Amino acid sequence: MKLVTAIIKPHMLDEVKTALESFGVEGMTVSEASGFGRQRGHTEVYRGAEYTVDLVPKVRLEVLVDDDDAKDIIDVLVKSARTGRIGDGKVWSVPVDEIVRVRTGERGLDAL
Amino acid sequence: MTPLEIDTGTTAWLLASAALVLLMTPGLAFFYGGMVRAKSVLNMMMMSFGALASITVVWVLWGYSTAFGDDIGYGLLGNPVQYLGLKDLMGATTQVSFDDQTGTYPVMAFVAFQAVFAIITVALISGAIADRTKFGVWMAFTVIWGTLVYFPIAHWVFDFSSGEHVGGWIANNLKAIDFAGGTAVHINAGAAGLALAIVLGKRLGWKRDPMRPHNLTLVMLGAGLLWFGWFGFNAGSAIAAGTTAATVWVNTMVATGAASLGWLIIERIRDGHATSLGAASGVVAGLVAITPSCSSVSPVGAIIVGVLAGVICALAVGLKYRLGFDDSLDVVGVHLFGGLWGTLAVGFLATAAAPAGVDGLFYGGGVDQLWRQAVGAFAVLAYSLILSLIIGFVLHKTVGFRVSEEDERTGVDEIEHAETGYDLGTFAGARGLSYGGSAPSQVESDTKNGQEVTA
Repeated sequence: MKLVTAIIKPHMLDEVKTALESFGVEGMTVSEASGFGRQRGHTEVYRGAEYTVDLVPKVRLEVLVDDDDAKDIIDVLVKSARTGRIGDGKVWSVPVDEIVRVRTGERGLDAL
Repeated sequence: MTPLEIDTGTTAWLLASAALVLLMTPGLAFFYGGMVRAKSVLNMMMMSFGALASITVVWVLWGYSTAFGDDIGYGLLGNPVQYLGLKDLMGATTQVSFDDQTGTYPVMAFVAFQAVFAIITVALISGAIADRTKFGVWMAFTVIWGTLVYFPIAHWVFDFSSGEHVGGWIANNLKAIDFAGGTAVHINAGAAGLALAIVLGKRLGWKRDPMRPHNLTLVMLGAGLLWFGWFGFNAGSAIAAGTTAATVWVNTMVATGAASLGWLIIERIRDGHATSLGAASGVVAGLVAITPSCSSVSPVGAIIVGVLAGVICALAVGLKYRLGFDDSLDVVGVHLFGGLWGTLAVGFLATAAAPAGVDGLFYGGGVDQLWRQAVGAFAVLAYSLILSLIIGFVLHKTVGFRVSEEDERTGVDEIEHAETGYDLGTFAGARGLSYGGSAPSQVESDTKNGQEVTA
């Protein structure tokens, strides 16, 4: 089992979510995040005073998947989140030891 | 049937105007509150609400009498005990002349109208000392400053002699034209803001940390409420609901729009974008500048007053970075500079066709009105600056005007008020309980009695 994490542009969330759902993903966790990469931040001007804002708002999306699906799901994520402009984000996966569904106590692949 | 003794139109307009002006102070709280960081929004708004609380009381007790009692010498001060506690005023009436008529209205309506001027003037100062002020000391400052600075200056500027009553020197001897308070309200508050910014010193991390406005929608709401209330401020200062009030209303409207345009144009050229903060700031700059001049310029003159107010103030707000004082929300840049411009503008742009009936320099009146305006403006500036420095300095050295460094880092809301402005987290929002905290103690005691607790 793998945990696939994607950092994406906030306005791409709907598109990415739809793409994952059509692929058959049945659950995900989404949270607001902020950070920077090559895009760096941006500047804002208030009454003539310029501020550099380093941290750009992003969305962090996490999905738990079967090992066999991991590569495909990563492809779906990358394809649906891409705008081609700087700041599109990153996708990565890490191995997961154990998953338990809290309600039933099911473990492993059954809990997905 | 007996004919009406009271001019009900005038009385109704004056009472309604007083309520409009009162709304400006909560409006100012929003305007200022949105501009500070989230950790000090409540303290910022509380300084305005604090002024509402303290000045209403002080005004009734001795403020009105100090400003509008009979002069006790040289037009400097009203008799503070003549109307102590507003005694003898409950059934009193007075008269206003307008449009070749005379109207009678209750003195209490004038007491109400002038009370809300005192409140907003004190509240304006708070913008200079955002994020770092002890609330209790601010409250003491409102009472002391109101008594020693605002009430005397209101006497100088707003108390006109009539019949046996002798008023203040700027209104009656100097005859500077300050229709609704460019000097008494804006130059006065701006100079006091400068004084307190100097006394309290810069915020931690000034010029280094981002101190962005945390909620510009609040700022725009506040600017809107200020604009709305300002029609009471300016047009209400005509007292009577007549031609002067109507002209002043139109001048107030158009100068404000023009100032917002002026500010936005400067921003677009200098910074590349027209910002919402710029639009809101331009609105206030225009309102400030048209305040003294609204009765003496034509509507086209008002446009000139407004555009230049927007331009001057948009440039003036950068001064604090060069001169090194942390006037956090630009009380100096907007109110002091806007007030100076508006007051001097009367000397340049006044036209005899306007209700005040005086020609300024550009209308062939020479420099006669201009020097009167300058003397009035700089007298108020000097008096307010010096007295505010002394009051601020004494408070700062005795009880301390500013919170500790650690408290300032934590945020004044939590330290001074034990509250936070926003609780937007999904954990706390869902049940009304603080995540990781405890239920209110009232609820806990119910639990001990074995009763079911529902949030």
